[in-house]
Amino acid sequence: MANLTFLIMDGPYENERTVTAFRLVDSALKKGHDVTVFAYEGAVSLTFAKQAPHANAVHGRDLAQEDHPLPKDWAAALLKTAQENGRKLEWVNCGLCVDERGVGEAIPGAKRGSPGDFWKAAEASQNALVIATR
Amino acid sequence: MAQYLLIESRDPFEFDLSQTRALAQGLAREGNEVTLFLVQNGVLPARRSSKSAELTQLTKSGVRVLADGFSLRQRGIAAASLASGVQSADLDVVVDGLASGHKAIWF
Amino acid sequence: MARTLQYIEGAYRANIEEQDDPAVWITGAIKGAGGDLAVVLAGNAVNYAVKGQDASGLSFGGRAQTQPPRIADDLSRLIAKGVEVSLVADDAAERGLERTAFVEGIRTVSRGELPKLFAGYDRIFRW
Repeated sequence: MANLTFLIMDGPYENERTVTAFRLVDSALKKGHDVTVFAYEGAVSLTFAKQAPHANAVHGRDLAQEDHPLPKDWAAALLKTAQENGRKLEWVNCGLCVDERGVGEAIPGAKRGSPGDFWKAAEASQNALVIATR
Repeated sequence: MAQYLLIESRDPFEFDLSQTRALAQGLAREGNEVTLFLVQNGVLPARRSSKSAELTQLTKSGVRVLADGFSLRQRGIAAASLASGVQSADLDVVVDGLASGHKAIWF
Repeated sequence: MARTLQYIEGAYRANIEEQDDPAVWITGAIKGAGGDLAVVLAGNAVNYAVKGQDASGLSFGGRAQTQPPRIADDLSRLIAKGVEVSLVADDAAERGLERTAFVEGIRTVSRGELPKLFAGYDRIFRW
């Protein structure tokens, strides 16, 4: 069992890196590891509580049929799964990045932090991976 | 010597990856165990094409080249069409590598 | 403490909006929080070390930017704080940059030397 830290940067819907990051966190938790996610830059919007789903007229799907898991839903589900399975998932949003994007309303469980928190988590981890945006 | 896990999310049709490929070879030449894990559009050259020879060449240089199974399936790249030397693998490989202390670099 | 290398390749993505380069900035923040890291500039990021960059003067609808990014200064500040900052000489040469173009204190490393350089670090964070 290891502690792993991931730093992510992409905002929602911008790059497949976001989904790959979710896959990595999910896999790590399932394997019994504890995880810290430090969301930097645009990634702080992933846990913005005011994301809202929409219907999809192009596909003829109403809201329920579209059944769209928003990034905040996936993050919340991962936080819940971690808790239920006795694993630790810390989701930390870079506070200054949150402020300049006006996304202070985050889902329960997402915390506000600083680069110092990323460094502390990385130091306390067996390993850390930065998934930067380019 | 160390174990390196180079995670390549970019494809050579859109980006110039020659330096990353050279880095992988250079690390292997130094005696390190190197895995190049292709993910997202990074799996596109895993389908036999004009750009897949460089992946096969990497495997001959001692670099293990793996392609994320989900990314392959998402892009309709069947196992039978994979370039020689490239193997499909689960993203779990990355998590296992991280947990084992591989030096992991995302490209 | 894990020895960490910041390998910065991306350049000029969000610098104007952020008034900083996010990778250079977080390096300073981590250093300030007691962290120990070194920096290698590669690809287009070698240009960050160039003297004379000037992003000043932007103003939209009368709202002026008074604190434009000054990345070369930020690198000089990191160096003054003891952070080793290098750049990949081959990438600089490819971009027509000679050593005299750079701010003081920048070291160089060849692309071929990167594997040996990486060997000296436990973690390599690529930006």
